[in-house]
Amino acid sequence: MVRRGRDLLMVYSLKTRILENKKILPDFYEMVLSAPAIAAEAVPGQFLMVKTSPTLVPFLRRPISLSRINAEEGTITLVYQVVGSGTKLMTVMTPGSEIEVVGPLGKGFTWSVKDKVVAIVGGGCGIAPLVALTEELLKAGKEVYALLGAQSRDKLLSDKYFIELGAKVMIATDDGSFGRKGFVTQLLEEVINTTRLDQVYCCGPLPMTKAVVKLTKEALVPCQVSLEERMGCGVGACLGCVCKVRSEEGSLTYKKVCHDGPVFTSSEVIFDD
Amino acid sequence: MINLAVEVAGIKVKNPVMTASGTFGFGREYSKFYNLSLLGAIMVKGTTLEPRLGNPPPRLAETPAGLLNCIGLQNPGVDAVIKEEIPWLSQYDVPIIVNISGHSLEEYGEIALRLDGVAGVAGLEINISCPNVKHGGLAFGTEPQMAADVIRTVKDKSKLPIIAKLSPNVTDITEIAKAVEAAGADAISLINTLLGMAIDIKTRRPVLSNIVGGLSGPAVKPVAVRMVWQVARAVKIPIIGMGGIVSAEDAIEFLLAGASAVAVGAGNFYDPLAPLKVIEGIKAWLEQEKIADIRELIGAVKIC
Repeated sequence: MVRRGRDLLMVYSLKTRILENKKILPDFYEMVLSAPAIAAEAVPGQFLMVKTSPTLVPFLRRPISLSRINAEEGTITLVYQVVGSGTKLMTVMTPGSEIEVVGPLGKGFTWSVKDKVVAIVGGGCGIAPLVALTEELLKAGKEVYALLGAQSRDKLLSDKYFIELGAKVMIATDDGSFGRKGFVTQLLEEVINTTRLDQVYCCGPLPMTKAVVKLTKEALVPCQVSLEERMGCGVGACLGCVCKVRSEEGSLTYKKVCHDGPVFTSSEVIFDD
Repeated sequence: MINLAVEVAGIKVKNPVMTASGTFGFGREYSKFYNLSLLGAIMVKGTTLEPRLGNPPPRLAETPAGLLNCIGLQNPGVDAVIKEEIPWLSQYDVPIIVNISGHSLEEYGEIALRLDGVAGVAGLEINISCPNVKHGGLAFGTEPQMAADVIRTVKDKSKLPIIAKLSPNVTDITEIAKAVEAAGADAISLINTLLGMAIDIKTRRPVLSNIVGGLSGPAVKPVAVRMVWQVARAVKIPIIGMGGIVSAEDAIEFLLAGASAVAVGAGNFYDPLAPLKVIEGIKAWLEQEKIADIRELIGAVKIC
């Protein structure tokens, strides 16, 4: 296994210049930052802690996953959903202005030279970090099934990117307004039944993640999941964003989503129902 | 040459800016941002006798200019801290203050005993004020007699300087402060978090798994400054002031109120470089004000 999300020796806390910040869907924005140092080191699945205001409100930074990483041009792309006051403030930031970020943070997705055929399963905002991952997987010569889900067509993220990149794209929407009517997990079930997958990567809402973990477990396909939890520091100090995992000895313990994840192997994560 | 050095509880620090317990882990995370030797002192994560898992998530809720937490003292236990964390942190030229917490007087005593004489440990901060654990914690810090008993117990088991970390969740902070001073505390840290609650109006449920949690950040700063000022007039032992410090101006306020040193807590989350910016900012302010020694600021608030 190639361990790409490594324990960093140094983390950057710096001001970056905003190159673009535009609405791409009703609740989603895409922000491109000039950040050569971060772009040079970052791997898919990692994130930045973004300062959304120069004032004390909101107090905490927002964790935003890296959607695209362009080391050559020294840029990174953040795709963010407007969910609260912090992300709302991000929407009015203008190209040319500066934004403070900390990163790259967390452990990202990993892949093995042995894996030939893989699937990424993304839902809602969870699709964003899978763009960078798909880019890397295709560069590494994998055959990639990109299974994307959203509530409706106008909430479906980045499907064009996946097609441009050359992934085999399958789409499901809850209301049937685009692609198949139903859940993205039904697409995964079909692919699992017809194709020998070496690895599945998943990022999306918790019910979707749970269903993907169940399906891949039954099919004995290794699976990596990117988890989400409220974060305080983003670096592993505050212990705010824990998730329950099974330790190597089999006992239950907490791991930090920000530092030990956000990407975990599905076999170690325990979901409470 | 401006003097930034102060002495607190017999611990000599090169500058008065520390990092508050529970916001800095055992230093490893922030060592990736800067050289920890630049800090005045490091107060490490609350340490208990046995390892603790802490509370289930959600453990955090953001509030205006602050945050609520109910971590619940997740830590690897005192033996693991002695074996793994203190030796690692000792590579830096910075006093290490270990924050300890117990379920009972015996536990406090046992942890203090185990840490006594451990190379690299400069002092103990006694947490008698954690609002997030069901037994012990806050209960010890809200009743003067119990607070005094804890301090007496650890004094008995340890030769290290003892700093009592007090809870603001009391009617009269000076009573508790006087009690721990009389019991032999060498210094006082204040404040720990204020008990708070947040409700998600959509689900109508509390945001935190523990229902209530501890509030920290700039939102609590006026309360903290007030308590430092009150306690500074009530006791002779030095005070380490904390509660919402994110800038040099915040720190100077605490010094003027009577703190001999300060600690940055939630400010580390706001800006990982906050402690360094506070140190640099204090220095620049002293230069600008033509004050040669930081000690001139301690308790220098003018009350007419």
